[in-house]
Amino acid sequence: MRYTFFLYTDPADIADRTPEDWAAEKQIYGAYIGALKEAGVFVDTDWLQPVHTATTITAKGGSKQVQDGPFADTKETLGGYFVIDVADLDAAMAWAEKCPAVKIGKVEIRATAFPA
Amino acid sequence: MNDVSRAAETAVRDSYGKLLAYLSCRTHDIALAEDALSDAFAKALSKWTEDGVPKNPDAWLLTVARNRLTDRQRHLTKFPTESEVPDIEAPDTSRDPFKDKRLALLMVCAHPAIAPDLHTPLMLQTVLGIEAKTIAQLFLMSPAALSKRLVRAKAKIRDAGIPFQIPDKEQLPERSTAILEAIYALHAHDWLDPTDGMGEEALYLANLLTQLLPENAEVFGLCALIAFSHARRKARIIDGALVPIEQQDMSLWDDQLIAYGNRQLHHAYEMKSIGRFQVEASIETVHLSRKKTGNIDWQALNQLYHAYLKQAPSAGAKVSQAVVTAHLHGNKAGLQALINLENQIGSAFQPLWAARAELHSRIGDRQEARLCYDKAISLTTDIPVLKFLRQKSSLLGQ
Repeated sequence: MRYTFFLYTDPADIADRTPEDWAAEKQIYGAYIGALKEAGVFVDTDWLQPVHTATTITAKGGSKQVQDGPFADTKETLGGYFVIDVADLDAAMAWAEKCPAVKIGKVEIRATAFPA
Repeated sequence: MNDVSRAAETAVRDSYGKLLAYLSCRTHDIALAEDALSDAFAKALSKWTEDGVPKNPDAWLLTVARNRLTDRQRHLTKFPTESEVPDIEAPDTSRDPFKDKRLALLMVCAHPAIAPDLHTPLMLQTVLGIEAKTIAQLFLMSPAALSKRLVRAKAKIRDAGIPFQIPDKEQLPERSTAILEAIYALHAHDWLDPTDGMGEEALYLANLLTQLLPENAEVFGLCALIAFSHARRKARIIDGALVPIEQQDMSLWDDQLIAYGNRQLHHAYEMKSIGRFQVEASIETVHLSRKKTGNIDWQALNQLYHAYLKQAPSAGAKVSQAVVTAHLHGNKAGLQALINLENQIGSAFQPLWAARAELHSRIGDRQEARLCYDKAISLTTDIPVLKFLRQKSSLLGQ
């Protein structure tokens, strides 16, 4: 079953990171991705630009509206995601617990709604 | 690493921890002491290359670091006058090495007011001088986030007035246990990655603690446990896959380290104050004696797991006990114990499924064994364990 992890962090917690910090951060995530691949459960991941670069678009109500910024202002913002393919929620939780983001923010786990 | 360079490294490490402990105890400001000490080491590097190493390198380093600290403290004081800034007392390093304050520093690192998951990183950084970045990589944590938390913890230690003291008799056991837990965490972490050198660090800290807390039997128990585990570092993982202790190539075990562990455990027993680390170390000795006797005393293991579960009930130990039950009373009895355990702890515990798979395969129920291996594999995020389980599962055949 496919699960998506949404990685949320408070931008204030990572505001003062230096390029070296980010390089080290990438290594940590690289190790995590390596383990996911080795276990054969990796599907996809991405790391996103900060939320202030977001553009939100809607055509609900008939006319197109474009908003500069995220659809909702929240303290913790989406910074990236992982898609993995594992047996069940127990397995998804085991992998989410190992995701480096859990130690500085929150990881939301959502199962796919597509039938198997 | 050869013995000479190991000795040199230990000497440097010993003096780093001692000097930092000494300086932080005086100022209660670990970060400031770290800066001063790193300046002193940098200065030593250039000075000693030119002039040669002084007779008493520690005293030299301490003097330079202390001067740095005094300058810095004067600078931090609003209206600096000589009288306002108490000089750090100069220790008499000529005869006796200056007083070892590392126990007080360890007590601070594992203080109840500091988040428990920072205890181990703080010890690694202050007593062993390991960089935050290295520690973060070890625990797969964000290095920037860990650095920030360590900086905050040190500020709290300074500003909240966490005492750099050995607690009184009443508090000493509990506070010592926090230090033991932090060293145990490091040892547990090393278990699946014996190449990261942390087994060595855990052993160093445990051995140091036997000198600093010589009246605590559990300290010797932990030291023995870590020594036994570290002695099997080369046998534990082969071709990237975990090898369970019963199947390890005993010729890869480090006999010298085992002998050292036995001495420490024997010393612990003599104090007649049993605890979980001594029991866990004793469990190891049952496995280690396979090298002499050629077999495993399951009856002894059964008794030890009973004792262990009284001291420190954990799901992992319960699974191990079920496996022992299977050896003593048959695989069906072992499986029943695992079913009972699942009713208690739920179905998300990987060792439970690995053990269940093994017992099913022993009674020839390959289909059930395969299902259990699949479940165990799905719950495994540690690659050496994953590889081991895959091997076992593929051995079941079609």
